[in-house]
Amino acid sequence: MKQTVLEMIGIKKSFSGIYALSGIDFNLQQGEVHALLGENGAGKSTLIKVLGGIYQPDEGTIKVRGKEVKINGVPAARENGIGIIHQEIVLVPYLTVAQNLFLGREIETSYKTVNKAEMNRRAAEMIASLGVKIDADTLVGNLTIAQQQMVEIVKAVSFNGNIIVMDEPTSSLSNEEVEQLFQIIGELKKKQVSIIYISHRMEELFRISDRVTVIRDGMYVGTKKTSETNPNELVAMMVGRDLESFYTRDYCDMKKAEVALKVEELTQEGVFDGISFQVHKGEILGFAGLVGAGRSEIMESIFGARGYTSGTVYLHGKKVRFKNPMQAIKAGIALVPEDRKKQGLVLGNSVSFNMTLSSLRFYMNGIAINEKKRKKVVQEYTDMLRLKAASPEIEAGSLSGGNQQKVVLGKWLATKPDVLILDEPTRGVDVNAKFEIYSVINELAKQGIAIVMVSSELPEIINMCDNVCVIRGGKLAGKLSREELTQEEIMKYAAGGVE
Amino acid sequence: MIMIKNKKKPIILDNPVINMFRYNIGIVAVLLIMCIIISFATNKFLTAANVVSVLRQISINTYIALGMTLIIILGHIDLSVGAIVAMSGTLTVGFIVNQGLPISAAILLGILIGVVTGFVSGFVVSHFRVPAFIITMAMMNIASGIAYVYSGGQSTRITDDFFAEIGTGYLFEVIPLPVVYMVFLIAIVSFLLNKTKFGTYVYAIGGNRESASLSGVPIKRIEIIVFTLSGFLSAFAGLVLCSRMYSGQPSVGNGYELDAIAACVLGGTSMSGGKGRISGTVFGAMVIGIISNGLNLIGVSSYWQLIIKGLIIACAVLLDVQKGKIRNLKKKKAVNNN
Repeated sequence: MKQTVLEMIGIKKSFSGIYALSGIDFNLQQGEVHALLGENGAGKSTLIKVLGGIYQPDEGTIKVRGKEVKINGVPAARENGIGIIHQEIVLVPYLTVAQNLFLGREIETSYKTVNKAEMNRRAAEMIASLGVKIDADTLVGNLTIAQQQMVEIVKAVSFNGNIIVMDEPTSSLSNEEVEQLFQIIGELKKKQVSIIYISHRMEELFRISDRVTVIRDGMYVGTKKTSETNPNELVAMMVGRDLESFYTRDYCDMKKAEVALKVEELTQEGVFDGISFQVHKGEILGFAGLVGAGRSEIMESIFGARGYTSGTVYLHGKKVRFKNPMQAIKAGIALVPEDRKKQGLVLGNSVSFNMTLSSLRFYMNGIAINEKKRKKVVQEYTDMLRLKAASPEIEAGSLSGGNQQKVVLGKWLATKPDVLILDEPTRGVDVNAKFEIYSVINELAKQGIAIVMVSSELPEIINMCDNVCVIRGGKLAGKLSREELTQEEIMKYAAGGVE
Repeated sequence: MIMIKNKKKPIILDNPVINMFRYNIGIVAVLLIMCIIISFATNKFLTAANVVSVLRQISINTYIALGMTLIIILGHIDLSVGAIVAMSGTLTVGFIVNQGLPISAAILLGILIGVVTGFVSGFVVSHFRVPAFIITMAMMNIASGIAYVYSGGQSTRITDDFFAEIGTGYLFEVIPLPVVYMVFLIAIVSFLLNKTKFGTYVYAIGGNRESASLSGVPIKRIEIIVFTLSGFLSAFAGLVLCSRMYSGQPSVGNGYELDAIAACVLGGTSMSGGKGRISGTVFGAMVIGIISNGLNLIGVSSYWQLIIKGLIIACAVLLDVQKGKIRNLKKKKAVNNN
């Protein structure tokens, strides 16, 4: 048995009365890659932030090499040998790699000035020791995302880090870059560094991890040896119920249905190119692909939030081109945007304010807003979406992710759309809210609304959609019908390799 | 979230009068404390005549601050208001005295000039995404310059009775007309902000511009309307001021923008946009007015008044910040208790 380097026992953490973590146990052995698996909102990030000293746990103990420690800040985490590679790179783009590596602990000459030569030399050493090829004297801003990530890893190791956390490190990497990353992880393992690896991608977990711990809704579900489990078992552990009942979808025959939205050769130079598709009434058309493939941009162009250079959009057979979202909304298109905090909600205003913002024209009494009608609509969608809010007057920002998403959905349903575009409708939403959102989407499709669903979560695409467009590098890489949908098939098109 | 639900809350939330005081509790407390202190220091403060006079004194600042509130909620700022007061006032008086225009035409023209100035600021801000701070500073210089160029730096006297009546007249022989306008304007702007689509959009743009845009809010149009409204209110303030002074003076609006901003901030309008109330601004304007009035009555020199005014504004804002902190603390406690 190898030595246990890290133990987290009964970690609890709550935010405004709601438990994000309600008793998580986790242990890490020397030199192992331990995958942490869970749905969005399951509490992975919170757990990592507790480990990194960003959050203080309400209860529970953390032991590093058998010794109980209190991690009350980022420096304390460093002292205990814990390094975290966040999803967002936190390097300074206008400094060189060496300057970044030594930020806050610069090497000085005897005149108290910065000893650049020595820093570059040592940085080059550090980089080389992990088998990476990056020039220590280049600006970080000129590196690719993958290279920046490697600099982060080098930095974490350079603080004598022997416990390294990687939060979805492959989410924005190309296949080749993923291979490089895996090589580095191999190097680290050889050096007896322990790694906590967070990812959604099953294939990756099975390739590189030794053990997997699954958490769900802030609770510990179980730990398995990777060699003794399989993807289905892990998914069942993550979701906590049968996949069959998790997604609700009543398919119906699309052949007779009218085409609601048709897009031909839509192009915006440098962003997306020659995109054609159509969606029928009652159909759910999925848009799969990697992050940054241009899916959101395509939707925003159709919606009038950004322009396009050429191509045609037909709504109910009529040619349309929306100059701004207002026109699109009036024509019956709704877009539930990708980032609800930045694009979906006015967080400081009330639930009722947000829910009715796009549909105010329905509640006007001359020039004044009819509060009664407004209240009625808010009530209607609160019930329909099973929104849990103490009152319609509380700030939208105080709700949980799932409930915020329901407010955004409610806001767009209140505009009575014929075409509903959903961009990552369940991102960062807890499992129960997810289930409820799926059943609402199914309901809407049954009512004959044409739905376009952009999603990076393949199970969601596979189990909800009639047809799927796969976008790669701004181009339509493939179209799949429901019968052809498998994770492998989609990834094949999304990641390339199929011509 | 269900745990911290306050059972009494919905009832209180529905009463607009209680709400008005609840939201502005900090500034109302400052106002009351000031009134109590001043009325102990001098018995001239709490007389009917003085109350009316205070209301008249704050009315000009209130007109301007109403527009400023909308602008700040939008997430912008308007530095040109004081200069518009001077320009519109000087030109209106000049048109009557020098050009011999009929009074009504001169007034309309004077107001129109303010409206156009506001419109230009709004247009540049919304279409070219120039920071409002810069463009309104430019407009401030231009407007002020126009007032000085036109008048040659001299004040112009006006003796017309009808014109004087605008700023010095009374309703029912007790309520000064500027106060009547003030009440009227407060009602209109409150209605616009709280009861119409326009007002909802103003909050949405200030709260989250991108989200508002994706929600179909016509951002450019709303921004132009708000800046234009601010220009109108400033021009109107200029008109009333000139009438009260029986003259058009190019130096008159100096520093008015800061008083208006102070009223907004005292009233709890967030400088980062998205939050603010008309009632708060009105209380803020009252505090500023009562400071000068009270200190005058007590006989404090105007130099000392500046220092005291600054201190009171700083304290009031600090108090407001503390209020937010206390609320957060209470929330935390409620959570921990559960």
